[in-house]
Amino acid sequence: MPDRNMAPPVTRRDLLRMIGVTAGSAAMYQAMTALGFAAESRRKGPVDLSGAPRGASVLILGAGMAGMTAAYELRNAGYRVQVLEYNARPGGRNWSLRGGDTYTELGGATQQCRFDEGFYINPGPWRLPYHHEHILHYCRELGVKLEPFIELNHNAYVHSPRAFGGKPIRYRTFQADFNGTVAELLAKSIRQHGLDAPLTKEDSEKLLVALQFFGALDKDYRYVEGDDTSDRRGYARDPGGGLSARPQFSKPLAPEDVIRSGLWEQTWFHTIYELQQTLFQPVGGMGRIGEAFGRELGKIIRYRSRVTKIDQDDRGVTVYYEDAGKPGTTMEAKADWCLCTIPLSILSQIPMQVGKPMADAIAAVPYAAAVKIGLQFKRRFWEEDEQIYGGITMTDLPIQQIGYPSHGCFDRGKGVLLGAYVWGQSAFEFTAMSPEERVRAAVRYGAQIHPQYESEFEHGVAVAWHRSPFTMGCFGIWSESTREKHYDNLCTIDGRIALAGEHASYIPAWQEGAVTSALDAI
Amino acid sequence: MKMQSMLAFAVLIAALAGGYSAGFVRAEDANDPMLSPDALANANGEAIYQHVCQGCHMPDGRGATGAGTYPALAGNAHLASAQFTATTVALGRHNMPHFAAQPELGGFEAFVTLHLDDRQIAAVVNYVRSHFGNHYSDEVTPADIAALHP
Repeated sequence: MPDRNMAPPVTRRDLLRMIGVTAGSAAMYQAMTALGFAAESRRKGPVDLSGAPRGASVLILGAGMAGMTAAYELRNAGYRVQVLEYNARPGGRNWSLRGGDTYTELGGATQQCRFDEGFYINPGPWRLPYHHEHILHYCRELGVKLEPFIELNHNAYVHSPRAFGGKPIRYRTFQADFNGTVAELLAKSIRQHGLDAPLTKEDSEKLLVALQFFGALDKDYRYVEGDDTSDRRGYARDPGGGLSARPQFSKPLAPEDVIRSGLWEQTWFHTIYELQQTLFQPVGGMGRIGEAFGRELGKIIRYRSRVTKIDQDDRGVTVYYEDAGKPGTTMEAKADWCLCTIPLSILSQIPMQVGKPMADAIAAVPYAAAVKIGLQFKRRFWEEDEQIYGGITMTDLPIQQIGYPSHGCFDRGKGVLLGAYVWGQSAFEFTAMSPEERVRAAVRYGAQIHPQYESEFEHGVAVAWHRSPFTMGCFGIWSESTREKHYDNLCTIDGRIALAGEHASYIPAWQEGAVTSALDAI
Repeated sequence: MKMQSMLAFAVLIAALAGGYSAGFVRAEDANDPMLSPDALANANGEAIYQHVCQGCHMPDGRGATGAGTYPALAGNAHLASAQFTATTVALGRHNMPHFAAQPELGGFEAFVTLHLDDRQIAAVVNYVRSHFGNHYSDEVTPADIAALHP
């Protein structure tokens, strides 16, 4: 990957090429070309999608990452572009809640975010993997400043109320003990010739040496208290200088406790491709990307516009919508083409003139429940008391994850952390509560890991994605069978209408999926 | 590609979410606002509604409207059909999740989906058809639900 350095689109021509070779290949662009709407410029250097015919127009539904990526590229290529957006702000799920913001969820509960200046939570996406090059490209292009996002913190915790008496264990400690336990058992098996593997004697000797490195085993292939193991799992007293220099070694957890704890379900989380170092976040909140796109596109975006019907014929597309300020009054927008990025949760309810394959695909994708809760505390106790700077604590309490801010480390005074990031049963249950109950529950559960919660908590905000008026869910859930049956139909242009968004990608729930689906569609 | 990592992610989250082997085991506590998977497994229709369904259909069963709509269960003519209601809960409808077990599904789907068993689905179907101003007396049984899915 280091050489790919893709930076899409270096030039319009490159963009076209890239689109041309991508699966699903440039459906709309090819259609336009066929109709003489677009022709690749023969000029060298930075050029437009060019051949944008005088007055050719595209109507984009939704000002999230997919819609604004498409709007930006098509506008730059010379098309007449208009975007209709339901919310009063750009970004969609790209969103940061900051002090002074107000959020009203379905059901009518309104929360005032009371965070102090500079604090925020990202209810939606909160990290950008280094290989999500398309979204990173737009950050660079739009001048959105990025900073590292700390995903893996060896000093954060793994935790279960049923393991180790409910005491949180440092990631470092558990991971070292787990590796040590596994390495010792495997070494024993090899030395007793109990390993049924096609290894020569020399292979086995090499593997034994490898296991010593891997698991911090001693010369007798044992994982025991000592300098080598403390150097992985942490010391009982850290080495220092002068008279107090001598470290005290820590005692490994009992192997059977390590295995029975189940905490190994939490430690490998950070190893998956999307969560590997290095990750980034926009300075000031993920919402900075949507805000930058919004500024760039300006009046191209019409906010507070609720789409009610989408029609097309062989000459163009007509979209009917209502202004949030004037419900009941229908307005029309017309264009030659339509790129629709409305989440399928909503789109499946909007009358739309497309064929059965696309309509069936739109109706086939349920939306996941997910919840995030931000909590403000009087001080950054996780740093001051526990030396946790960024990263994530994993727990099988209903809050599932506690995310510590990667930014503002060592700042004095208050701090905001992500007090819950929740999927599955707990997400349904948190969604079913009022916002106040969610915050209360997050504080109550979190206090089992950080007792400081009790005295330091000030206030919080809670976003449950099924209660979000603009998505009615977190992201589209594809199963292998629904992908097989419907995915291509969803992504294939129908007349003059193409779809884009994370739901039209193989990177569900990631902004990169939205951006690449848009680039594929235009 | 990504599917692999999503699967890995999924298995983990499923584990965290209690859908997998470990599950949450929480100290029994009457003040605990949330149900353990065991408690949910034994919950009656009302509790299932209040812990799961009302997230979208709202505590009063009146649904909600934003860019789209969660249909009201109060005064909803579709509920006259036990079959329709049961199928919707078991197999999902549009963006509404599929709540019946899908044993063929892997970790990813397990992670994003809450599965209810036939008894739970029957209980909550009967609950919504006899509350929120609905008075349908024909009840569905777990066997009826079982017949809806493999």
